[in-house]
Amino acid sequence: MSEPLLKIKDLIVEFPTRRALLRAVDKVSFEIAKGEVLGVVGESGAGKSLTGAAIIGLLEPPGRIAGGEIYFDGQRIDNLADEQMRHLRGKRIAMIFQDPLTSLNPLYRVGEQLIETIQTHLPMNKKQARKRAIELLDEVGIPAPETRIDGYPHQFSGGMRQRVVIALVLAGEPDLIIADEPTTALDVSIQAQIISVLKRLCSERGTAIMLITHDMGVIAEIADRMAVMYSGQIVEIGKTYDLIKNPKHPYTKGLMGSIPSMSGEVKRLVQIPGSMPRLNDIPSGCSFHPRCSKVFEPCYSKRSPQIKVGQSDVACWLYSEEDKK
Amino acid sequence: MLAFMIRRIIQSIIVMFVVALISFLLFRFVGDPVNQMVGIETTPEQREALRDKLGLNDPVIMQFFGFIKGAAQFDFGVSYQFKRPVAQMIAERAPATLELSLMSAIFALLVGIPMGVYTGLKRNSILSKFFLTVSLVGISLPTFLIGILLIYIFAVQLQVLPSFGRGEVVDIGFWSTGLLTVSGLKALILPSITLGLFQMTLIMRLVRAEMLEVMRTDYIKFARARGLSRTAINFGHALKNTLVPVITITGLQLGSVIAFAIITETVFSWPGMGLLFLHSVQNVDIPIMAAYLMLIGFLFVMINLIVDLLYVAVDPRIRVSGVSQ
Repeated sequence: MSEPLLKIKDLIVEFPTRRALLRAVDKVSFEIAKGEVLGVVGESGAGKSLTGAAIIGLLEPPGRIAGGEIYFDGQRIDNLADEQMRHLRGKRIAMIFQDPLTSLNPLYRVGEQLIETIQTHLPMNKKQARKRAIELLDEVGIPAPETRIDGYPHQFSGGMRQRVVIALVLAGEPDLIIADEPTTALDVSIQAQIISVLKRLCSERGTAIMLITHDMGVIAEIADRMAVMYSGQIVEIGKTYDLIKNPKHPYTKGLMGSIPSMSGEVKRLVQIPGSMPRLNDIPSGCSFHPRCSKVFEPCYSKRSPQIKVGQSDVACWLYSEEDKK
Repeated sequence: MLAFMIRRIIQSIIVMFVVALISFLLFRFVGDPVNQMVGIETTPEQREALRDKLGLNDPVIMQFFGFIKGAAQFDFGVSYQFKRPVAQMIAERAPATLELSLMSAIFALLVGIPMGVYTGLKRNSILSKFFLTVSLVGISLPTFLIGILLIYIFAVQLQVLPSFGRGEVVDIGFWSTGLLTVSGLKALILPSITLGLFQMTLIMRLVRAEMLEVMRTDYIKFARARGLSRTAINFGHALKNTLVPVITITGLQLGSVIAFAIITETVFSWPGMGLLFLHSVQNVDIPIMAAYLMLIGFLFVMINLIVDLLYVAVDPRIRVSGVSQ
């Protein structure tokens, strides 16, 4: 297989506070191939969004990358100067945020924002950029783009605004889009539309997506692979189908068990007891051990490495015997 | 838009009517003007004749009606003390006050906004902390003290700037301006700074607070994720969003700058309306006081009208609600 588009190795994100150093992302490693869709799931505070922000270089201070390496298209990007990083942002790596209602500047026409972005990344004059902007709006499914381009964001509905956001993200023709819960703030009926627009446009262009969400349905629909994050770590990563049908890590099992099945058999949903540890109180060893039903000796003292189980990588001591065989 | 303007103009007329009523009633109670105008040896008969001549014996409602009628034609009667038409006296003095107020407003905006942007963006730099400390002085020291301090430093010790008067003035039609001569400009510096310092620190702190707020918003994050240049983000997207409150405050403050020029004019013996008003208070010169109050009221109303129209120009969201109401 060729060089991955994005390669992350042992990424650590820390927040220095007055009391302690909080480690929000703890040695996360994964890869995204060209054109691949990687879904990242996990509870709130598991470090999903921070991982995304770290990749595009938009961590909010005092948060900072404290260790690890990020390679994009073979080039190391985690130590780039801000000005060099800016040239990657929007052009090679783009990001969609949660709330389309607040992602657009309320004082500028949609067209102005599109043209500004297009001209930042592509050598076009104003007229060409405007033409391109109309094409983009058309592609994301905005009706009558020739007139809507002169509208202000408040004149668009939530779903339409997220389409505008997607148009803005596609304006620089990036290779990777980090979509941070792009549908969470939208009506359920609109969510599917937005996801299908995103999926269609990215597969046409061969754009890879890192889709951060806690909506399993969305992941199941478009992700090729998925990663499960818990307390700043990836506990399991593998093919979406494998993880949903045959989860390995006790946390993934719990997560899958907590989704109501549509097939008709009425069972009690599985609950994972307790809640995710706070950042200033992460348990020793495997951070999931206080909530794990299969907890045994090694879990208390040491964190498990990623162990290959079938097609997936699982960070759980339960599988370490298999590994040795 | 037209309906909006008409509604606002009608509101303004009502406000002016109320101001007229207050200024009329207020000055019925500040003292007997006849006492000020005549000597001790005047007989009661002579006094009564003078009262008649001034119209002070007419029914109050008739006096008020006469006052309104005159005011609508910019005729505020004749000064008791100087025996000259009040409108003419104010017209002579107005350029001095308006030039001073304008210069101090320009000073406040030109210095306050960039300082606010800077301290908002570079929160932790030493220069920002210095600006904030200085601004505390500007907010807490009373105007007359700042004026006296400035006179002490620049006029007494360094002897580079004049401590009183307007310097040489040039007459352009009815307007006498100090902006065209070197000594006129030099004479403007200290009073403008004195009068504008409070406004400048207010605007600086306001812009800073708004910048901090705006920089946290999703649309700024999204603008950065799109790879827009720093200048485009800071001065385009961010600054424009801070402008609505800044316009409000600047507008309101411009009114108070003109009204409170009284103190600065006293400190610098500035031949403006404020000084005239102060003299007229000492001499119970009711026509001048009433005319001054009306003029200040009129300026406030006009400035508010302009501020409302500026909102509409800056923020498209107000445009819609303004029309549909």
